[in-house]
Amino acid sequence: MTFTTTPASVVIEVPAAPTVSYWAGVWHRLRRDPAALICAAILLALIFSATFAPWLGFADPYTGSMINRLKPIGTEGHILGTDELGRDMLSRLIYGGRLTLFLGITPVVTAFVIGTTLGLIAGYVGGWINALIMRVTDVFFAFPSVLLAIAISGALGAGIVNSLVSLTIVFIPPITRVAESVTASVRKLDYVDAARASGAGNFTIVRVQVLGNVLGPIFVYATSLTSVCMIISAGLSFLGLGVKPPEPEWGLMLNTLRTAIYINPWVAALPGMMIFITSLCLNLLSDGLRSAMNVRQ
Amino acid sequence: MTALVEIEDLTVRFSGERTVHAINGVSLSVAKGEVLALLGESGSGKSVTLKSIMQLLPGRRTQIGGRIRFDGRDVLALKGRALADFRGRDVAMIFQDPSLALDPVYSIGTQIAETVIRHEGVSRVAARSRALDMLKRVRIPSAERRLDNYPHEMSGGMRQRAMIALALACGPRLLLADEPTTALDATVQMQVLLLLRELQQEMDMSVIFVTHDIGVAVEIADRVAVMYAGTIVETGTISQIIKDPRHPYTKGLLAANLHGAVKGSRLDAIPGAPPTLEEPPTSCPFAPRCPSALPVCREARPPLVNRGPGRAVACVLEQEPAI
Repeated sequence: MTFTTTPASVVIEVPAAPTVSYWAGVWHRLRRDPAALICAAILLALIFSATFAPWLGFADPYTGSMINRLKPIGTEGHILGTDELGRDMLSRLIYGGRLTLFLGITPVVTAFVIGTTLGLIAGYVGGWINALIMRVTDVFFAFPSVLLAIAISGALGAGIVNSLVSLTIVFIPPITRVAESVTASVRKLDYVDAARASGAGNFTIVRVQVLGNVLGPIFVYATSLTSVCMIISAGLSFLGLGVKPPEPEWGLMLNTLRTAIYINPWVAALPGMMIFITSLCLNLLSDGLRSAMNVRQ
Repeated sequence: MTALVEIEDLTVRFSGERTVHAINGVSLSVAKGEVLALLGESGSGKSVTLKSIMQLLPGRRTQIGGRIRFDGRDVLALKGRALADFRGRDVAMIFQDPSLALDPVYSIGTQIAETVIRHEGVSRVAARSRALDMLKRVRIPSAERRLDNYPHEMSGGMRQRAMIALALACGPRLLLADEPTTALDATVQMQVLLLLRELQQEMDMSVIFVTHDIGVAVEIADRVAVMYAGTIVETGTISQIIKDPRHPYTKGLLAANLHGAVKGSRLDAIPGAPPTLEEPPTSCPFAPRCPSALPVCREARPPLVNRGPGRAVACVLEQEPAI
């Protein structure tokens, strides 16, 4: 049995590959996904027109005209026709996008912040704090999301703020749950131990190591929730629990135009089409993001 | 040489569904500038010993007894801020699998700089130049560009070098290495070992190097402590252990090495498996597998017999025969 020591040090020169940052890589992969790109373009156009609606020179969405009621698509002056009170549909759809997108995105963003915080605490601290947060979450989870939203909105009364609150409450539990499970799995990984071994305190570890690795998956999940949130908020308005007339909002428009479905079905279907297209685009985009962001190793 | 780290009668017990007595009375000391290899098979308590120095064991389920002193300070009494200052600045650790021990979402440079900023409060620019300096010292080629690389863009050997750079960035006096070469292939393993040895001499660090590979221990260590079932069965300099193994377990380990194996014949493995350690050992833990076990071995734990400075064997066979 012989053991030998090797005295000379051996260094092999390897040229470094050009490095790309994480987000540059995501963009590179996303660029080759036509479906996601088209959806992103449609969404951007929607968001743009909704944001700048008052400056784009559309007709007033609130002024109707009794003689121009329920004009079909393609009417002179009203490209997409008019609704049951003679208001311009194109203008109402674009103005409606403002509220609908606002109601679709804001609750998810709020729930994202609150849910991520709760999930991080539960996942990182563990023990009885975890049990407390997760069991409360489970209670909310036991209700179907639409039913829960209707119940809370019903209890609070109709109105934009109330539907924002109820939708936020609906979306906190799923985000908390995802954040908790990702945090709990990240917490056990070697690099958290390594960070601790380099002198990082708990707060630093949560802020840098855990949040850095948890944010991606939660973000993707939250994007997919946006379409659900939009549909539920439209549903609340449809049921008269959300936005009140005469505000233009897709769900509410769908409800008020319901009666016109036999007279002018195409115009009546337009708000539904908008909801459908927007939520489809959100879903496909979040799908594309999910695969583009999934690069670990 | 004065001792930098002194471990006295360390015991670690994990409670939970199953109680495990992972460490049962380990005493060690490492001098300044010395490399000590902890040698033993899986589950012998090598990594647990390292992690208890760093206090990285899960607090709620772990009971630690005994004493660990670093440069005269009681390590186990450190808490909060003092503990965080101690970790990374006085003692640093490198892990077995660098692909798991580096954070995947930050570049190498950022991770090193973060540690430097944490301990030395320097500016981001200064920390970054320190990171570059460290990458050069661990001989990562084209270090400037590697600084902005993410761990998944590097090879295994390169990642382990980056891990070493991260650990040594604040000039620790003690480096704990938890099987840092196990996840690497043989040629890269040798490069990393040589690098570690060089850096250790350059920076005059003490190193506790955990390994199950006696060949690796030979390359890097001055002294070896052989662990079995949470106890130290034999300590000595590397040449003493290789040339004159006293404990039957050490002999078995050496015999199980591939060097000198005859083709076609079976390897001399040690029969049996290590104990499960649900109870603290009351007899020699190796007795059930020991070829030269005596009845007395099963009655009490063998005493640690000193045979010269820094040389000790925990075996009844080493005791002077009572006359």
